[in-house]
Amino acid sequence: MTTLTGVPATGDVAGGPPPANRDAGGRRRNRWFAQVGWRHVVGVLGVLFSLFPIVFVLSAALNPLGTLSSTELVPTDGVSFGNFGELFGRTAFGRWFLNSLLIAGVASFTSVFLSSLAAYAFSRMRFRGRRVGLLSLLLIQMFPQFLAIVAIFLIFGTITDLWPSIGFNTPWGLLLLYLGGALGVNTWLMKGFFDTLPRELDESATMDGATHAQVFFRIMLPLVAPILAVTGLLAFIGTINEFLMANVFLTGTDSKTLAVGMYGMLQGNERNNNFGIFAVATLLTAIPTVLVFQFLQRYIVSGLTAGAVKG
Amino acid sequence: MSTKLSGPGSVRRNPGRGPAGSGLPRTARNARHHAPITATGLAVKVVLLGLVAGIAIWAAFPLVEAEKWAGLALLAVTTAGLCYLYLTRRHIPAKYLVPGTLFLIAFQIVPVLYTASTAFTNFGDGHRGSKDDAIVAIQTASVKQVPGSAEYALSVATAGDPATGPLIFLVTDPRTGAVSAGDGEGLRQLDAADVTVAPGGKVTAADGYTVLNFGQASARSQEITDLVVPTAGGALRSSGLSRAYEGKAIRAYDAGCDCVKDNETGKTWSADEATGSFVAADGERLAQGWKVNVGLSNFTRVLTDENISGPFLGTLLWNFAFALGSTGGTFILGMFIALALHSPRMRGTNLYRVLLILPYAMPSFAMLLVWRDMFNTDFGLINNLFGLSIDWFGHDWSARFAVILVQLWLGYPYMFLVATGALQAIPRELTEATSVDGASPWQSFRAVTLPLLLVALSPLLISSFAYNFNNFNAIYLTTEGAPFPADNPTNGATDLLITYTYRLAFGAQGAEFGFAAAISLFIFTIVAVVSAVSFRSTRKQEEVYS
Repeated sequence: MTTLTGVPATGDVAGGPPPANRDAGGRRRNRWFAQVGWRHVVGVLGVLFSLFPIVFVLSAALNPLGTLSSTELVPTDGVSFGNFGELFGRTAFGRWFLNSLLIAGVASFTSVFLSSLAAYAFSRMRFRGRRVGLLSLLLIQMFPQFLAIVAIFLIFGTITDLWPSIGFNTPWGLLLLYLGGALGVNTWLMKGFFDTLPRELDESATMDGATHAQVFFRIMLPLVAPILAVTGLLAFIGTINEFLMANVFLTGTDSKTLAVGMYGMLQGNERNNNFGIFAVATLLTAIPTVLVFQFLQRYIVSGLTAGAVKG
Repeated sequence: MSTKLSGPGSVRRNPGRGPAGSGLPRTARNARHHAPITATGLAVKVVLLGLVAGIAIWAAFPLVEAEKWAGLALLAVTTAGLCYLYLTRRHIPAKYLVPGTLFLIAFQIVPVLYTASTAFTNFGDGHRGSKDDAIVAIQTASVKQVPGSAEYALSVATAGDPATGPLIFLVTDPRTGAVSAGDGEGLRQLDAADVTVAPGGKVTAADGYTVLNFGQASARSQEITDLVVPTAGGALRSSGLSRAYEGKAIRAYDAGCDCVKDNETGKTWSADEATGSFVAADGERLAQGWKVNVGLSNFTRVLTDENISGPFLGTLLWNFAFALGSTGGTFILGMFIALALHSPRMRGTNLYRVLLILPYAMPSFAMLLVWRDMFNTDFGLINNLFGLSIDWFGHDWSARFAVILVQLWLGYPYMFLVATGALQAIPRELTEATSVDGASPWQSFRAVTLPLLLVALSPLLISSFAYNFNNFNAIYLTTEGAPFPADNPTNGATDLLITYTYRLAFGAQGAEFGFAAAISLFIFTIVAVVSAVSFRSTRKQEEVYS
C-alpha cells in the first residue's frame, strides 16, 4: 500500500521551496490544498457518490412502513427491524439464499478448477490443435451464452422429460448450464498467469520423477493461488447476479435463486409495499459476497508475499 | 493477452511432455513407460471413473425407456471415451482439456449452433412444427357445431391437481351410454365398471380421475373452452361446463390442390412453401403455419424492412454509445479517484478505499432495481432530494443519462481498484524523473502514467466494453427499454440490441425466434470484430511501450 516513510521530499511533485516564510499562513494552506487537500475533496465526493444509494437501501430496510414512497435518505419515522421478520415470514427468502449459495459456490469452484486444468494444458503442453483451441475459446467467449436461450430452453425441455432431477426448476440443471460457460471465461486469463511461472520449476520436478498430475496439483496450483482466488471471486459474484437464465429456468417458488425471487418482489402491485423487505434482502445478499472477498483476500495477499520472497 | 500462441522454440523442445522417469533419457516414449504410478493417483482415478460410469448408467435408463437410441449411443461412446482417455497413458493434454470441453460442447456450442441454424428459418409463433402439425391444428380449430351433431353429457376431470392438472373430458354417449375419456390426443372408452354415472348421463366419479366440481371447473373455463378432442368425424368441444358436442371441421386440407378449403364459404388457402403458411388469393394468411427454411431473408429483413432498419440503426448507435460511455466513464472516474488517492502524503487512503469499493460488494441486480426506484417520478429519491419532478424514464435523453449514471455507479469501484493496482506497479522513479526534467504534473501524467496505465488495463477495458455491449441487466432491470415511440412498441430509446432481441424472441408481440437468432448473429459479429481489432491494436501498443 502507500509508503509513508522515506519519500516526503521526493513526493513534492511541484518541487517548490519548503514553505517556511513568516507571512505564509494562508499561502501554506493554499499549497497544502493544491497538493493534498484536493485529494481529500475528491475522496470524500467519491465516497458520497458510492454510499448514498447504499444509505438509501439501509434506510429503506429500517423504515417501519416498508414502502418506497415513505422512504427518505435518512429514516425520519423512527427505526424498526420489522422488515426482517416480514421478509422471512412472507417470502421463501431463506430457501432462495441457500439455493444461490449452493449454485454460486459449486459453479464458481468447479469452473475455476475446470479452467485451470485447461489453462495448464494450454500453457505447458504442445499438441496438435492447441492454437485452434485457444482461438476458438476466445471466439466462443464472445458469443454471449444467453443469446442462445431459445435453443437452451428447447434442449432443457427434452432433458426435463428424460431426467427431471437435472431439468427445469432444479439447481443442478442451472449449474450444468453455468459450467458450460466455464472454460470460455477464465482459461485465457489463467493461461497468461501460468505462462509467467518459470518453466524450470515444473521441469525440475519432472526430472525428480513427478508425474504431470503431481506437477499440476503440487507445484502449479499453489503458485497460481492468487489468480484462482481472483477468478473464483469474479465467478461467484457473476453467478449470484445472473438473472436472465435463472429467470427462464426456475419458476417454482422453492427453486428460485435470490435474483429471481427478489425480482419477483418488486413486480406488479406490490412494488411499493415490498420495498422495505426488498432492501433487507439486498443487504443480506451482500453478505456472502463480502465474506467470500474477505476469505479470498487472505490468499490474494499471501500469494503476493510468496512472490515477493522469491524475488 | 500478450502471450505468444506458440513459441517455435518451445514447440521443438517439448514434443508431448510426458512424465519422465528419473535418470532415464528424456525421450517421450521411454519416459511414459516408466512413469511411476502413485497409489493416490490410482485411487482417485478409479473413484472418479466409477462415478462417471454410475452417472452414465443412471442416465441410460430413461433413454432406453424413451427409446432414444441415438442419445444412448452418444452416451455410451462418451463414457467409453472417457474411460479410455484416463486409463491410457497417452493423450496427456486431452486429460486436462476434456472435462471442461464436454460442458462447453453440451451447453454452449450445441445451443449456439442450434441458434445459428434457426436464423435461417421462420421458427416462431405459428411456425413451430411440421406442415402436418399445422394442418391438424387448422382442422381442429375450425370445428363448429353443425345441425345434427351429436350432444354428450360432459364432466370435466383431471388426473392430477384440480387447479393445475391436465384436463380430461369424461363424456357419455346418449345412445349407447358408454363413457369415454378424451384429451388433446383423442377419445378412448372407459370400462363401465370404473365409472359412476348419474341419471341424465353425467359422470360423477371415475377411477383414476378427479372430477372437478362446478367452482373448480368455472375457474378454468377458458382452458375448457380451448380443449379440442379430435374424433374420427371431426372433434369434440365443450359447450358450457356440462355439455359437449361433436362438431365437424369446417376447414379441411385437400392434398390434390395442396390447399385448405373452407366448406362453408368455399374459400381456399393454398400452401406457400416459401413462407411456410397457407395463403388465400386475396393475401389472407392462416395463423397456423409451419417451419421452413427462409434462407437469408431474416438477415436481409434487418437491412431492407423500413420498420426494422430505421430503429435497428438507431439502436446500434445507442448500443455503441452506451458501451463506450459505460466503459469510458467508469474508467475515467475510477482512474481519476485512484490518481487523487495515490500520493505518499495522503492519509486515510485505506478507509477511502474500503468505502469507495462498497458498491462492488452489493448485488448488482438488486441495486439496479433500487436505482430504478430512485428514479421514480413520484416518490423517487433523486426527485425528492433535488426537488425535481422529472419523468426520468419518460424522455429519451434523461432515460439514457440515467442508465449510464447507474452503470457509472456500479462499475467505477472496479476500475478504481484495478487502476490503483496498476498505479502502484508503475515505478515511482519514472514520474520523479519527469518532474526533475521540469514537466508539469499534467505533462508527466500524459506522457508517462497514462500510457503505462493503458498498457496494463487495455485488455480489461476491451472485455469491459464487450460485456457492456451486451449488458442485458443494465437495461432490462431499469428502464426495460423505455421510453418507446408511440408507433413502435418493440424498440425503445434505451434498448440495447440484446434487450431488443429478447423482446423479439419472447415478447408479447409473438415470438420470432428465427429473426431473433439472426440478430444474435449480428451482435456476435459486431462484438467479435470490435474485440479482434482492439486486441490487435493493444498488442502493437505493447510493442511500443514495453
